[in-house]
Amino acid sequence: MSHWPFIIAAYALTALGTLGVALWSWLAMRRAEAEAARLGKRP
Amino acid sequence: MHVYANPARFLKIARPLTAWLGWAGAALVLAALAYGLFLGPRDHLQGESVRILYVHVPAAWLGMAGWTGVAAASLMQLVWRHPLAAVAGRAIAVPGAVFTAICLATGSLWGRPTWGTYWEWDGRMTSMLVLLFLYFGYVALAGAEKEKGGEGRLTAIFGLVGAVNLPVIHYSVIWWNTLHQGESISFVRASSTIDASMLWPLLAAALGFSLLFGAIVLMRMRAELARNKVEARLKRMARE
Repeated sequence: MSHWPFIIAAYALTALGTLGVALWSWLAMRRAEAEAARLGKRP
Repeated sequence: MHVYANPARFLKIARPLTAWLGWAGAALVLAALAYGLFLGPRDHLQGESVRILYVHVPAAWLGMAGWTGVAAASLMQLVWRHPLAAVAGRAIAVPGAVFTAICLATGSLWGRPTWGTYWEWDGRMTSMLVLLFLYFGYVALAGAEKEKGGEGRLTAIFGLVGAVNLPVIHYSVIWWNTLHQGESISFVRASSTIDASMLWPLLAAALGFSLLFGAIVLMRMRAELARNKVEARLKRMARE
């Protein structure tokens, strides 16, 4: 049995999970901070 | 620690730190995983499948370290009423759950070529699955309490009680006769059974993923603090 399909699947899953949660957190932070800055500028 | 309890002071440090942790973590992870995938040696027993070690072990470490962070934040919230503790606990929970899920999935993918099975209800795997369910429970409870305008005390108690599972995960390979191997790295007994050609890239991967985890937690904390600010401002505007 070749081990490589298992290795590639494990690395792909890790990359997907890590990048996914990082990107989601970054977008949520940018959106929330932009909204706070926009409201902060209002008189 | 109380010095950083002030959100404004925290944000002053968190803003530059987020990018530093993120980029340093990404660089370290890329280098360690490239080594693990292409340059690292194969194991004389497990063959090529040992390369899964470089993603599986850091994910397991972060799953457990994440709940340690949740428990510490819960304690600070309950005992010292640290204003950022509840925010930190909630920010840790989602990436903690993601890395626990990665640990279970990569472990399963490692198990098939080495043990001949994707899953076995042994002590280590079952207690790690329990940790994933604890994360799900914490996230759901935190969301429900926040929606109701609560302080999150029930969530903090849950975070502390859930920490009981951490020693069970750690000692599961000693207490029970498990399919999962025993510990290969020990900083206490200086009796690591892993070769240096695998140990150093593994430590680099664990450090890189930890830095990335730190950046993710900071981003989530900053998002929640900004959302709280918006909410408070909207309430004030509605009253005026």
